[in-house]
Amino acid sequence: MKIKIYSMGCAKCDRLYQIVQEVVSELGCACQIEKISDIKEMMKNDVLSTPALVIDDKLVCSGRVPDKEEIKKFLNK
Amino acid sequence: MIQQFADWLVYGLFGLDKTTHLAQSINFFFYDTVKITILLYLISGLMGIVNAYFPVDRLRNFLNTRKLYGLEYFFASLFGAITPFCSCSSIPLFIGFIKGGIPLGVTFAFLITSPLVNEIAVAMFLGVFGLKATLLYVSSGILLGMAGGFILGKFKLEKYLDPWVVEIQKASQKESENWQTENLSFIKRLPQILKDSWGIVKSVFIYIVIGIGIGAAIHGFVPEGFFEQYISKDNIFAVPIAVLLAVPMYANATSIVPIVQVFVAKGIPLGTAIAFMMAVIGLSLPEAMLLKRVMTLKLIMIFFTTVALLIIFSGYLFNIIL
Repeated sequence: MKIKIYSMGCAKCDRLYQIVQEVVSELGCACQIEKISDIKEMMKNDVLSTPALVIDDKLVCSGRVPDKEEIKKFLNK
Repeated sequence: MIQQFADWLVYGLFGLDKTTHLAQSINFFFYDTVKITILLYLISGLMGIVNAYFPVDRLRNFLNTRKLYGLEYFFASLFGAITPFCSCSSIPLFIGFIKGGIPLGVTFAFLITSPLVNEIAVAMFLGVFGLKATLLYVSSGILLGMAGGFILGKFKLEKYLDPWVVEIQKASQKESENWQTENLSFIKRLPQILKDSWGIVKSVFIYIVIGIGIGAAIHGFVPEGFFEQYISKDNIFAVPIAVLLAVPMYANATSIVPIVQVFVAKGIPLGTAIAFMMAVIGLSLPEAMLLKRVMTLKLIMIFFTTVALLIIFSGYLFNIIL
């Protein structure tokens, strides 16, 4: 599973990155987490508000920090 | 009811003497903290509901698929007010709007209002100054965004965007709904929305406490009319001075509102105080640094100058009508 986190480097974005890492290590899944802060890359994927969470090229959440439970649900889909 | 709680806690449980400055400050602190926390929870819940149904992506589609005859400035600004704003989101939003073919002026309208009016500032304003002042603050924030966007749109500033942004604008397509977000029913969504607004309350609670704490401390100890010696009501330059001082400063709405409250309580006119607050939260050096990634310095200067002038103008206007 490929997880992408689009971040502009603010506290909220860092928090999302941290939570996703925690969830991934809790679930023990073989996920690849990538943090993207390049605006051009963001525009290619049409991300409008950060932090944005993209799992397997599907935008699941943007503009807010979901909690662990929600991220687990996203990952299980 | 909250006042009774604060009275009971401070004068009853803590047994402090009602007539002392210290007791009054502590009472004021507990009263405001409880009231503002409740208001913040309610307002961010409400905004969460609106946002769940009308996220920015949808606003963008709404703006570029309809002929709105000038009303697009109003909608962009209105949604700027409703959307929870994180300053670092301004860049992807800005580019995203441009990419979606939305005119620069309309994009600016959103960009101006978004930081000026946010749920935290609204909750604190409501708690501290009451309904009338809050409506005034929110509507002036929206009007400011509209006016700013309209004026900046007339300047033909496209050439001052960063070259790669200009490329994006040229290649902009009218329709771009690549992501499909799932549609859940309201009942299923509500718990998540409420959880999110509780998350907002939790994350800013400490700042609310610090802000109100400072406010309460000054409230009890600074004499009436203290600031008036420096920025008096009759001083015609008070508003521009307040705004110029505020532009380089950055504080989030949470910490600035209690301080503004003290200004007002100690004799500074509300218009001057609101102008100061708007300049602090709306224009700042960190924001300029972020914008530098997509705009030339010249455009940032034009943007800041226009918004600052509008804030000054609205400050004068408030002082006249209030």
